[in-house]
Amino acid sequence: MAEFIRAARDVAIVSVAQSDHQRAVIDRNEVELIQPVIQQALEQVGVQKGEIDFTCSGSSDYLAGQAFSFVMTLDAVGAWPPIAESHVEMDGAWALYEAWVKIQSGHADTALVYSYGKSSPGDLPYVLSRQLDPYYYQPLWPDAIAIAGLQARAMLDAGRITQEQMATIAHNSREAARGNPHAQLQGSPSVEDLLREDFISDPLHRHDCAPISDGGVAVVLATGDWASRWSNRPAWIKGIDHRVDSHNLGARDLTVATSAKIAAEKAGVGNDKVDVAELHAPFTHQHQLLVEALGLGDDVSVNPSGGALAANPMMAAGLIRLGEVANRIMNGEIDRGVAHATSGHCLQQNLVAVLEGA
Amino acid sequence: MSYDTLPDGLWTQPEIDLSAVPALDGIETIQRVRLPASISYDYIPGLAPTRFLRGLAEKKILGEKCPVSGDVYVPPRGVSPVAGLPTTEQVELPHTGSVASFCVVHIGFGTNAPPTPFCSALILLDGASVSVYGPIQEIEHDKVRIGMRVEPVWVDDADLSTSFESIKWWRPIDEPDVPAESLKGHM
Repeated sequence: MAEFIRAARDVAIVSVAQSDHQRAVIDRNEVELIQPVIQQALEQVGVQKGEIDFTCSGSSDYLAGQAFSFVMTLDAVGAWPPIAESHVEMDGAWALYEAWVKIQSGHADTALVYSYGKSSPGDLPYVLSRQLDPYYYQPLWPDAIAIAGLQARAMLDAGRITQEQMATIAHNSREAARGNPHAQLQGSPSVEDLLREDFISDPLHRHDCAPISDGGVAVVLATGDWASRWSNRPAWIKGIDHRVDSHNLGARDLTVATSAKIAAEKAGVGNDKVDVAELHAPFTHQHQLLVEALGLGDDVSVNPSGGALAANPMMAAGLIRLGEVANRIMNGEIDRGVAHATSGHCLQQNLVAVLEGA
Repeated sequence: MSYDTLPDGLWTQPEIDLSAVPALDGIETIQRVRLPASISYDYIPGLAPTRFLRGLAEKKILGEKCPVSGDVYVPPRGVSPVAGLPTTEQVELPHTGSVASFCVVHIGFGTNAPPTPFCSALILLDGASVSVYGPIQEIEHDKVRIGMRVEPVWVDDADLSTSFESIKWWRPIDEPDVPAESLKGHM
């Protein structure tokens, strides 16, 4: 199998902005939600109109229940006269990947990547069921938490995690989020108190689940001179890869995240010391799965932002992980970090990126 | 299920030839399974559309101005697509406009479509930079033309609501047509 392949062009994250995530943004529509975030990402590094070669976004019309809602949000980037633009029905981390490929191909030197999710207009656990196989899963309407519960039960039964470990992950994530002004949940009751709560979908307690969030994120990518012009210490993307497990839950071993493991190997996670890892784990047991899949040791600071358990805007929480790592590199706090994003049920699709300060 | 309103053949499935698949020899194929699904959503119009919809209930047409170009968008969505900046200044538009384009509809789709034939149009309100969509009535269809001056016909005051349906249709007014060149960029 081929080893990690070095990219043809060095691409860096030079600017990150995100919203203050909330359970429900009821005053603003999607374009009104994401516009200030995009404006901040551009303005904080002084990007002028016309300096962005490529724009790529991630969102899902299923969340707002409005067909082509993503086209409306293009107003936020000043898309007239027409710009070079693309969209993925995926977390924004995959929009970033597309932009990275676009830059690798030489068709762009700079890119704006943004993504957002307003889950509040619908009933999210049921909306997410629409990602499933349309013939044998969708007609039965399994909700997303129940699906995740299948995975948690399989892990518990295999002795791969305990309820106490899951509650500890929830507690630690939300305590860490006290230092994250964008987080929706900051602080947590004690592990003992958490374990006294009722189940939502046994074996998942409420604390095992990410909150439902409305929010968005925007990132500026640049290569070469553009990167050094916009940032004194760009967060260079040293490796990036994404992989997909089977769509059929019954055809997978839910106690491992094979696609995340391969993506981590291809991105070169283990090639050097990891200071910080931001994992996109919407459920506590998935946090544990990902730590194992990425081979992260005890010396790695995992989810100092609180991760998706502290704020989980759909389609954005993965790109936010890249942004959180990039920010810690850009401000000089760390030298090397790993960011992970997921889409689909039970960690079906996984993207892993390695970011470095030099 | 009937597809009577569409030409024959357009939506029909071709016969499936299974003769090359011995395992399915003699088995009737399943061509369709019925899996109904629906999800309910709350509609959250946002700040600018809320201002617009509230205006309609008061018989006002409220556009919003781009802070850079001065273009007036109606219905406003909250952000100028030219500048990528919020539209914060409201502009009350007059109840007069010009037909920017039109189409005579002979086959109507959708439950709310008026009886056919009817004339649908794009109408550029005076002072607006983008046109709005609406039906034209109170004139024979073959008399409708680009540049024709029109006004909205509102529902009765008691029936005004926060909906674009507060305007029933548009009708001609007794003013000379505007030259098509004046609609350039808005047609």
